[in-house]
Amino acid sequence: MADLENTSEDSIIICEDVHKWFDDFHVLKGVTTAFKRGEKVVICGPSGSGKSTLIRTINRLEVHQRGRIVVDGIELSDDLRNIERIRQEVGMVFQQFNLFPHLTVLQNVTLSPVWVKKVAKSEAESEALALLERVGIEEHAHKFPAQISGGQQQRVAIARALAMQPKIMLFDEPTSALDPEMINEVLDVMRELAASGMTMLVVTHEMGFAREVADRIIFIDEGAIVEEAVPAAFFDNPQHERTQLFISQTLQH
Amino acid sequence: MEERAPNQAIKPPTESKDILRWLKENLFNTWYNALFTCLAVGFLYVIFKGILTWVLTEANWNVIPANLQIFLVGAYPREEIWRVWVVIYTLGILTGLSAGIWGGLALRLALVIGGVGGGIGIILAFFPAPLSSRLGLLGGVVLLAASLFLGRGRKGMRLWVLGGWLLSFPWTMVWLHGFGGLPVVFTSNWGGLLLTLILAAVGIVVSFPLGVLLALGRRSTLPAIKWVSTAYIETVRGVPLVTILFMAQIMVPIFLPDFRIDKILRAMLGITLFSAAYMAENVRGGLQAIPKGQHEAAQALGLNYPLTMLLIILPQALRSVIPAIVGQFISLFKDTSLVAVIGLLDLLGIAKTVIANPDWLGLQAEVYLFAAVVYFVFSYSMSYISQKIEEALEVG
Ligand SMILES: Nc1ncnc2c1ncn2[C@@H]1O[C@H](COP(=O)(O)OP(=O)(O)OP(=O)(O)O)[C@@H](O)[C@H]1O
Ligand SMILES: [Mg+2]
Repeated sequence: MADLENTSEDSIIICEDVHKWFDDFHVLKGVTTAFKRGEKVVICGPSGSGKSTLIRTINRLEVHQRGRIVVDGIELSDDLRNIERIRQEVGMVFQQFNLFPHLTVLQNVTLSPVWVKKVAKSEAESEALALLERVGIEEHAHKFPAQISGGQQQRVAIARALAMQPKIMLFDEPTSALDPEMINEVLDVMRELAASGMTMLVVTHEMGFAREVADRIIFIDEGAIVEEAVPAAFFDNPQHERTQLFISQTLQH
Repeated sequence: MEERAPNQAIKPPTESKDILRWLKENLFNTWYNALFTCLAVGFLYVIFKGILTWVLTEANWNVIPANLQIFLVGAYPREEIWRVWVVIYTLGILTGLSAGIWGGLALRLALVIGGVGGGIGIILAFFPAPLSSRLGLLGGVVLLAASLFLGRGRKGMRLWVLGGWLLSFPWTMVWLHGFGGLPVVFTSNWGGLLLTLILAAVGIVVSFPLGVLLALGRRSTLPAIKWVSTAYIETVRGVPLVTILFMAQIMVPIFLPDFRIDKILRAMLGITLFSAAYMAENVRGGLQAIPKGQHEAAQALGLNYPLTMLLIILPQALRSVIPAIVGQFISLFKDTSLVAVIGLLDLLGIAKTVIANPDWLGLQAEVYLFAAVVYFVFSYSMSYISQKIEEALEVG
């Protein structure tokens, strides 16, 4: 615990003994860790190990039942005002993109600044266009999501999350639903975002990306952190047997 | 920015529109298909010949123009009918302005309304009646077109027009009833098509938001709201409309003896509460079809529950159940005819009194056919509008 106190100075997210159950099923079994400002952390682990659940508790899409989560100094609780504040500071990108199909690309991006942050529409639109340019799809601004490719949709989803000017970005397997030839265009955007100093928590199976971009890799199995290390140590000298097995299986593919 | 859907680049091969070839390919392509075609044509000939000879030569259509006024407005006094025209013109102007301002869907709706109104107006122009009422509807169509023209591009008028729509119903009721110096026309004198349309319009306009709220309530995570909504929906769906209409007539005065609620208001209440339950189930179907990811994405962006529903979930959910909702509107429109059993003289109720009039004995067929055609014109217009809405929303 003393360790935690030390890190909390520059930690933007603190998880302390986080537990989560789905009915009787114990999904998170006491996760304790902290994320520094500007840190890029890749979370990996076998299917069903609780990776998605862990990052979803951080913007309270899932509610944890025991332990403490503090995001940028705000502890997550049932207080609705806290939840709303935290969701404005934490952007999320989903595996299935989850763009709003009845709105154009531009409307997808401006929706939340206009309605939640009450930014003037014209201002929100020029900011949205700048973001769309940053992720390389400004020419599709007036199309509907169904009219662009999966890779383009995921880049719109990233722009949509960035439009709220979040301090933290959560990615839940952002490239897993993409055709192989589109994976890199999304990873490139994420690399650029990482270089800009964003705090990023990324659940992914892209081990090349993890080695290149991550400051730290967390390996989760059966709802608990088994091992965390910098990429070089994680890949070349994994300590735990389950980590070794996971790495050998993943790198075979 | 020139690029459109890529499939516009090449035109599909055009099919020859030769009628004879179409007939051969579709109706006479096999011997049994040819046989069915001949049988069907023979059958239709026998039926239509009978109906057409009756309609054109045997039927006594005098009963319709002679009673046209009471078919349209019931016992609303002749010298006050101008007030009904004022209502029609007001709605025409509002429709025109909305179409001009918003374009798109509102424009299509206005065109259908204008088309139907114009068609009926032209038919009416041939009836032996005072010139004013013969040309009244055409005047309304002209007003609609004029205000459409006026409203074009005037976005600044949006709020005024919305306010106008909101006020249009209470204003219509008060105006038709009379206030200040206007002679009072008691609602017991309102009847015919006027009553049918008022009941249907109120039922549709009020039961829709009520149904949406009930549907959201039924899916709520708060047990009390969920339970009340579910109980309401299931109870109402378990009871025939006639029963609800009778209960509204008899029970409301028993439970609320101090309020002398108008008979027509009670009928409106019954129809609306009944329809809301069905509306709720239609909307719920749409809500269930929205993937969980849409809720999550909205939440993750910081949208609260009302905004999530209003901006993300309902637009998608309602779009997918438009046919069911319009079907519900159409059956509500036709179900208003049930108010005849509680003594209101809507279009069907009037039809019955006309038949009972000794001057027009034995003309049931003419009168009922007329009523059926009127119902059909309105129902089909709604159905057509629903198709147009679906087409307009096809994109995206
Ligand atoms: N809403 C839920 N209700 C019940 N069980 C759930 C729910 N969501 C997840 N689970 C279960 O919790 C466990 C962890 O799920 P989670 O989605 O966090 O895994 P994951 O590590 O992200 O796996 P994957 O790689 O397949 O995405 C799984 O066994 C899953 O079946
Ligand atoms: Mg997952």
